[in-house]
Amino acid sequence: MKTLAWFRSVAAKFFHRAETSAAMDEELRAHIQLRADDLERSGLTHAEAERRAHIEFGGYEKFKEQTHEALGGNFIETFVQDVRFSLRVLRKSPGFTFAAVATLTLAISANAVVFGVLNAMILRPLNVPEPNSLYAIERGGYHDISQSYPDYRDLRDRNRTFEDLAAYDLAPAGLDTGKEITGAWIQETTGNYFDVLRIQPYLGRFFHSSDEHGPNSAPYIVLPWAYWHTHFQDDPGVVGRVVQLNKHPFTILGVAPQGFRGNLQFLSPDFWVPIVNQEQVEGVSVLNERGHRSLLMVLGHLKPGVTPAQAVADLNTIGASLEKSYPKDDGWMTFSLTRPGLAGDWFGKPLKAFLTGMMLLAGLILLAACANLGSLFAARAADRSREVALRLALGSSRRRIVRQVFTEAGLISLFGGILGLAVSVALLRALSMWQPMETAPIRVPVDPDAKVYAVALLLAVASGLLFGAVPVRQVLRTNPYEIVKSGSAGRIGRRITVRDLLLVVQIAICAVLITSSMVAVRGLVKSLHSNFGFEPRNAILVDSDLSMAGYGSDRAAAMQKRLIDTVDAIPGVQSAGVVDRPQLHYGANTVTVYADKATDFRPANKAADAMTYKVSPGYFEAAGTTLLAGRAFTWHDDKNSPPVAVVNREFARKVLGSADNAVGGYFKRADGTRIQIIGIAEDGKYASLTEDPQPAMFLPTPQSPTSQTTLIVRSSRDPQQLTAAITHAVRDLDAGLPITIHTWTQELNDAALFASRMATMALGVLGLMGAMLSVTGIFGMAAYSVSKRLRELGIRIALGAQRSEVLQAALGRAVKLLVLGSVAGLILGMLANRVLAYIVYQASPRDPIVLSGVVLAMALLGLVATWIPAQRALSLDPLVLLREE
Amino acid sequence: MPDQAQLLPGTLDLLILKAVSLGPLHGYGILLRIGQISGSALLIEQGALYPALFRLVRQGLMKASWGTSDNNRKAKFYELTAAGRKRFREETEGWNRLAAAMTTALGAQAEEV
Repeated sequence: MKTLAWFRSVAAKFFHRAETSAAMDEELRAHIQLRADDLERSGLTHAEAERRAHIEFGGYEKFKEQTHEALGGNFIETFVQDVRFSLRVLRKSPGFTFAAVATLTLAISANAVVFGVLNAMILRPLNVPEPNSLYAIERGGYHDISQSYPDYRDLRDRNRTFEDLAAYDLAPAGLDTGKEITGAWIQETTGNYFDVLRIQPYLGRFFHSSDEHGPNSAPYIVLPWAYWHTHFQDDPGVVGRVVQLNKHPFTILGVAPQGFRGNLQFLSPDFWVPIVNQEQVEGVSVLNERGHRSLLMVLGHLKPGVTPAQAVADLNTIGASLEKSYPKDDGWMTFSLTRPGLAGDWFGKPLKAFLTGMMLLAGLILLAACANLGSLFAARAADRSREVALRLALGSSRRRIVRQVFTEAGLISLFGGILGLAVSVALLRALSMWQPMETAPIRVPVDPDAKVYAVALLLAVASGLLFGAVPVRQVLRTNPYEIVKSGSAGRIGRRITVRDLLLVVQIAICAVLITSSMVAVRGLVKSLHSNFGFEPRNAILVDSDLSMAGYGSDRAAAMQKRLIDTVDAIPGVQSAGVVDRPQLHYGANTVTVYADKATDFRPANKAADAMTYKVSPGYFEAAGTTLLAGRAFTWHDDKNSPPVAVVNREFARKVLGSADNAVGGYFKRADGTRIQIIGIAEDGKYASLTEDPQPAMFLPTPQSPTSQTTLIVRSSRDPQQLTAAITHAVRDLDAGLPITIHTWTQELNDAALFASRMATMALGVLGLMGAMLSVTGIFGMAAYSVSKRLRELGIRIALGAQRSEVLQAALGRAVKLLVLGSVAGLILGMLANRVLAYIVYQASPRDPIVLSGVVLAMALLGLVATWIPAQRALSLDPLVLLREE
Repeated sequence: MPDQAQLLPGTLDLLILKAVSLGPLHGYGILLRIGQISGSALLIEQGALYPALFRLVRQGLMKASWGTSDNNRKAKFYELTAAGRKRFREETEGWNRLAAAMTTALGAQAEEV
């Protein structure tokens, strides 16, 4: 009852404010009247009595305000008043409002975006039932997540700790729906895949283990919801339809539910097929090769009550027995468990570290933004000290004024938070749609959820409180009499304040970021002109997979020769050659090789793990790889002649001891085949731009057939014309062969330079943010120092100070801090770039262009930041100023 | 002017309750009454009376109604409610205990310890 009454009184007070106020006035006036009557009776004149009564009553407005407060319900009322007043004040200084809201928008959106990605990639569990007991199996101390199919079968059938184990591989394939042929990425899964993950079909049915009856026995397709939606227009009649997959008929069984996009967070396959049909899909089946670790991942749910440690012990027992049974193929069969969502620790760990780092950075940005907004607020409070003093003198309480300051801060943080959230939602949506690489099904589904919104708004409110608190001390210490009497003089402190320190740190961080991003950009430019061991300029890649057009590996070599001959005949083509997978194209195949005298082919006795490329005659010319000695392949290096290879210098050095007389030498493969070295190629980059020299070997396609085909065409003709000519020629050869054509530079941008491009972009964005923050920081500080010293500056001008002297007095401190921060940042940046060297090719901060670029950028930044305060200091009119103050 | 004592925090409410317990009064009347019964020994800022009055009304200890003063001016008159009378008794007892204890404590002589 009491609360109800209170609410009613609150509501009444709120809605009948005018009434209450009038009644209160009447009562207080009556009091003064009564007192005046008494005083008049005691002999004073009427006027004098009224004056005395007023004085004795004390601060009329103050007591009225307190009486209002005593009535309760005052909070909301005051709040509405404060908000209205704040809005008015903010509208009156649009520059300040804009700077503050923009800064906060920036900081909040940075935090929300990073948190959104973190949330989607790491915090949010995989969208499958009971993700907590789902694990993937990693092999060996180097956390290799790939397994071979025979090993998988042993693990699946012999373990006692998993409910069941599923496995899958990824492969490209050509899908012919009758209307068009499209390249697609498919996940070849074991029959039990959906059962292991406990997913139910949205439409039709899934395939199961019971559908597997040996090789090519289950020509079925399951579509993800998204692919069904975009390629089949939500047609429910799709179930049962037969489509051509690499020219083999496959039946569409069903559609997976919308939320399920496979078990990887960052990669969504275009559809699923049973792995027993691998030969039809990839042209070759490796399911019987124990040494061929082609399965991307083996995963399953632990049985209830089984701990990961027990499962690992169980798996290790099986591993030990496998090692004993198959010494040639299985080495280092110890296991560990990992989460399947991020493809194991080799990818998941760096990703986690990266995202955590980004989150910290975003937090720092927010903190810096708060510091800057704090000084902006302090500058404003100094500007408004007269107003504050006046309000205090008129009986306003300090608490009320502090509340007012917080209301302003709260409004700004609210606007900033909402805008920041809007920006980040847009960015996250764009990121979700984004496909960073044309050639791989990588998607980052980071659609924001309620958690992201909550975090963004929470951060906004928290930062509002934080920067709103900065000018509080200033308000509390305001002495109205002093200020009204002498103007807002206030001595400017000479000592280093925490705020100064913060600003220096901020400028330093900004300088570090600018240095890093410039180094990254320079590295990127340089890496486009460095020596890869091939020449990407004036070369075009024609990407295809012959198995998609139904060529098995037996017919592939002949088809490749026809392809090369056809393209060679196009005018302007200097040379053409085939490679199974170009260098620097998402990693490389490695093959273990042994010295010629080796007889024991255990992994421990290997001479090297060589990057292996299957290339056709004409490849070295087309790729622009220089042969240092010996000869290149010819079409006569076929199955009827002894096996040969071209190796790079590093291979020769590592396996044969030296490159000088390696030509004619021999080495062995794990199956004991002796291979003769017929040529030495220059060293190049194979898996990544920043790698150390790696051993590599090239095998002739006639001897090692592959249907994976990338045709490299060297020509100085315009790529567009050439692309058209090649497309035409290939279609004449086989209209059913899907091809994609890029320039090699383009391909490098996609694949090899991906990491450094991303790093450059991220650093660029962060650098920009840092720059904006530094600008607002310096701006706030300079504006504060100018407004604090208006009088002093006015007097100096009146006494005939030069413009430069005025500027020095007004901005000297800000400039000093800027220089200090920049130098510190530059030095730190040089140190930090050792880290960058891992991702960016030849990252060197001691580059004069980088150095001068950073200095220029920081100077520009300072100029932008101090422009407005400098203008204000210079345009001071001492007369106006002295009269006012 | 005689020496005047500052009010202890919280005592203004009790004084108001006391003043009003002797009969309905308007704000200025309460002030005069307090002055009269305390022998003008207590200093009360006139305006400070009103926040206290409104608070007591909100707490339901007093009720107010408009009326006319002795010299025919419109004024708001306050009187105790039942709850107010109860609270007044309790607070008076509490105060007396406190005052007695303080007096005893401060009057203690060395030999009594």
